[in-house]
Parts: sequence; structure tokens; C-alpha cells
Amino acid sequence: MLLQQLINGIALGSTYALIALGYTMVYGIITLINFAHGEIFMVGAFVGLLAVATFKLNIFVAMMVAMIASMIIGVVIELIAYRPLRKSSRLSALISAIGVSIFLSSLALMVFGADAKAFPSTAFPVRQIKIGEAEISSLQLLIIGISALLMLGLEFIVKKTKIGKAMRATSEDYNTAALMGINVNRVISFTFALGSALAAAGGVLVGVLFNAVSFNMGLMAGLKAFAAAVLGGIGSIPGAMLGGLMLGITEVLGVAAGFSSYRDAIAFAILVLVLLVKPTGLLGRKIQKKV
Amino acid sequence: MGAALHNFVGGMDPYFLQILVNIGIAIILALGLNVITGLTGQLSLGHAAFMSVGAFASALLTIKTGLPFSLNLLLAGSFTALIGILIGFPILRLTGDYLAICTLGFAEIVKVVFLNLDITNRALGLTVPPAKTDIPMPIVVWICALLAVVAVTFVQNSRFGRALKAIREDEIAAESMGINLTLYKLKSFALGTFLAGIGGALYGHFLSYINPSDFGFLKSVDILSMVVLGGLGSVPGAVIGASVLAAAPEFLRFMSQYRMLVYGALLVFLMVFRPNGLLGGVNFVDLVLRTLGKKPGLPLRTGQKEE
Repeated sequence: MLLQQLINGIALGSTYALIALGYTMVYGIITLINFAHGEIFMVGAFVGLLAVATFKLNIFVAMMVAMIASMIIGVVIELIAYRPLRKSSRLSALISAIGVSIFLSSLALMVFGADAKAFPSTAFPVRQIKIGEAEISSLQLLIIGISALLMLGLEFIVKKTKIGKAMRATSEDYNTAALMGINVNRVISFTFALGSALAAAGGVLVGVLFNAVSFNMGLMAGLKAFAAAVLGGIGSIPGAMLGGLMLGITEVLGVAAGFSSYRDAIAFAILVLVLLVKPTGLLGRKIQKKV
Repeated sequence: MGAALHNFVGGMDPYFLQILVNIGIAIILALGLNVITGLTGQLSLGHAAFMSVGAFASALLTIKTGLPFSLNLLLAGSFTALIGILIGFPILRLTGDYLAICTLGFAEIVKVVFLNLDITNRALGLTVPPAKTDIPMPIVVWICALLAVVAVTFVQNSRFGRALKAIREDEIAAESMGINLTLYKLKSFALGTFLAGIGGALYGHFLSYINPSDFGFLKSVDILSMVVLGGLGSVPGAVIGASVLAAAPEFLRFMSQYRMLVYGALLVFLMVFRPNGLLGGVNFVDLVLRTLGKKPGLPLRTGQKEE
């Protein structure tokens, strides 16, 4: 029973982790809480749904299409709504992000309507696999597998490639990185593209998992993923993964323990408790403030 | 007197009156958040939760005790401030975005708790009986809004207000000047949540129905947008921001389903072209001095890049 819930929790947590990565990377580089990120997740889910339902694409191809589409949207949003505000107060950028978020969700409402859409049942054949007492569906395996693969890929890009090095340098010190000849604008665009692609992948996976895609799915998922990013220590990539998994598991366990009507509060209660004990999150670096 | 006021209000176009009341309540809420975020620089993403605390407290007071509305308002506001202090005490030592996410987390928790309590009638929401007062609600709302404007203007220019601004500009410098950071942050939180409670109480009694889901994250964002749009730390800014955004959905009504789309785009464009808000750094005292031809004090530096 516990093993079963643990597997459910990991599957849900991996999708939170995928979204949380986008928040944490963007925050690490330009210290902006990208409130439109949850909406990019929603757009990704819709693009995936369109690709599967209308264009009859394979679910994996559909996911690629969704990731590419979201990449473009993420980069365009940064260009229009955040770049002009880079030198102004962080709150103005935050409001701008909220504006983008309202814009995208009402656009989705207009285009796709208010009711939740389902993936066709042929999208991914679900089989149950028995491991001891627990039953794991092939869908959960797929979600955990793809998330792990994407996170490994991200780790490779950030740690081993030249653009990854540039990302780390920019997040360390924006101005110095620019002086060292790094094209920071390109790095920031790249970061938004990466984060948006991960969110879109998460969107398609969540859409298939819950078999529902709706215009307002981005809000709660985005808030929880953001909580996950902060829980792990915002700006830290392993932190986002850890935070996402922790939130997913505690949420599922909490529901299993009979607190299902408090479901949405569990994630935030954990977050508040952890922050009170460790104000920089689990894996966050302590920032020494110099005077 | 009550009857005359009722006649006056009754003679007005109800639709117009509704917009005016919305604006009045928005002004009270925006001023409250302006104290916390604009003056003290503590980003709160959970203002609507405090509004809901005030709304439910005051609705329950009316239902269970039937106190006169003025006393009821004060009690509801004070209760909200108490909750604000209880929540603020542990979390106000967090800074910046960590504080923001904690207020957001608490707001979600408050909402979910209200959705599960019997006394708040769970997800069905409460029907609020009419307020126990002779004065018509729209007038009450506007009296409260005026009082809030006066109070926050006074606070802003007092010794207390200057301490809050010092905290906003630089916490370390403020602390070394002998300002007790926790105490002042708590006081500013108490004042801000007190106003949120009053706003919520008025909101509930004006609409005569409240539901915990109405006070979600989006409502908090609405209030924050008013403050930032008008200009952080500026009382006239908060008033104008609240008026514009509370009335905007009505003016945009002619485009019906495009309304929220345009609202979102409007927020982005306003921020891109006026990043400090419409009236960033303007305050009433300066305006009055300027119109009298006297030299105003140093302009507030708001909206500069933090850290």
C-alpha cells in the first residue's frame, strides 16, 4: 500500500519537478518569478492534445511538437514582456508576468472553451504491471522515465556544454558575465526556451495522466511547482527536482491518509514549515549579504 | 439623516453605484497592501486571504451577535490584524521572494480551511444578512475609504512611516539606525491586514454573499496590480490604481469575451511603458505643497532595482 502511494507520488512529483525547473532556472538568472510559467505548461498540454487528437501524431512526436511550440512562446514572452523591464523594479516585471499569465489563460479559454478536454484513449495504451503488492501503470513508468531523461539532459546541458557554462556564469553574476563577452540576452532567451520546453513536456504528461486539459490547469500546477522550487531552494536545479518529488509524495500520502479535501493546502503547509526551519530552502545557498 | 442618505443613494443609477462601491472597497484593499508592499517593501501575495478573514469574521458577527455595523467593522478589522500578526510573526523574518511565497502559501491554506469549516458553511459560502446600520452601504464604503486615505497618508509622513521606508530602502542600514525590524514589519503588517479586514467586511455586506473561493490567488494578484500600477508607496497612486483596475472590467465589458485578454495585455503594456506605475513616488502632501507653490520634500525613490 505504501509502495503503491510512493509510486503515485513520484509520478506526480516528477511532473511538478519538470515545471519547477523552469521557475528555478529563470529565477537563478534574472531573479524573476515567472508567473506565466504555469500558463506555458497549459499551452504545452493543449499543443500536445491538438497534435494527438487532430493531427493523429504519436504521443512522443506530439510531446516534441509541444516542447518546440512552447520554447518559441517562452522566448517571445521574454522578449516582449520581460526584457524591456530588466532594468526596472522586480515588482514591475512580476506584474508584467501576471499580465502575460492572465492573457494566455483567457486566450486558451476563448480558443478551446471552458470545459476540460481529454486525450483520446488511444494516445497511450495503459497496462498495469504488478510489483509485489503494488500496481504500477505503464503510464506512470513513462512519466517517471521521461522526466528522469529530461532532467539528465538538462543536467548535461547545464554542466557540460558551452551554453550551460554561460548560463551558470550569468546566474553567478550578470554584469561580470556580460563583461566576459557572454551574450547575456542570448543566454536568457536560451534559459526561457529550456524551461518552457520542460514545462510543455510536463503539461503533456499531466494531460495524459489525469486525462484532462483545461484553460485553468496552469494556475494551481504553476503555484505548486513554484512552491516546489522554493522548497528545494530557488535557483538550485537539483533543489527543484527534490522539491517537486517531495511535494508530490507528501500530497499523495496526505490524500491517502484521508485529508483529500485539504489536498491543495498540504503542499503549501509543507513549504511554510520547511521555510521556517530553513529559510533558504532545502538545497539553497545561503547568501551572505555584503554591506 | 439615514432616510435622506437613502433617498440620495436610491436616486443614483444602481449600475454606476455598484462601480463606485467596487472602487471604494478596492481603494481600502489597495491602501492596506500599499502599506505592506509599497511602504515597507515586503511583497505579500496573500492579501485576499486577509480580506476573506475580515469578510467571514464580520459576516459571522452580524449573524450571531447583531452588533452595530461600526463596532462590527472595527472588530472584524482587529481580528484580521490579529491573524495577520500571528501569521506575520514567524514569516516576516524571511525576505523577498521567500516571504512572498510564504504569504501565498498561507493564503491558500486559509482558503482551504474556510472551505472545510462548518462555521463558514464550507464550499457553499455564507449569505450575509444586511448590515446593522442606518447609513446606506455605499456611503459607509466611501467614508471608510476616505478614512483609510487620511490614515495611510498620516502614517506615511509620520516617524513610523519613515521607519518603514527606511526598512524598504535598506534593512541593514535601518537596523543599524536603531529600527527594530521585526517590530516595525509586524506593525506594518498589522495595519495592512486591518485595512484588508475592513475591506473584506464591506465587500461581504455589500454583496451579501461570500465564498472562500472568491478570495483566491487571483484576487490577491488583482490588489497587487492596483498597488504596482498606481505606483508603489504612493497613496494617490494606490487610489488611482484601484479606481482604474476596479472600473476597467466594466469599461472593457463592451468587448465581452475579450475582456480578460485585453486586461492581461494592458497590464503588460502599462508595466513596459510605466514601470514605476502611473504615479510612482507621488504623495498627497507633496501634491498639495506643489499646488501651493511651495517646494516639496525630496521625491521618494521607488521602483529602483532592489539588491
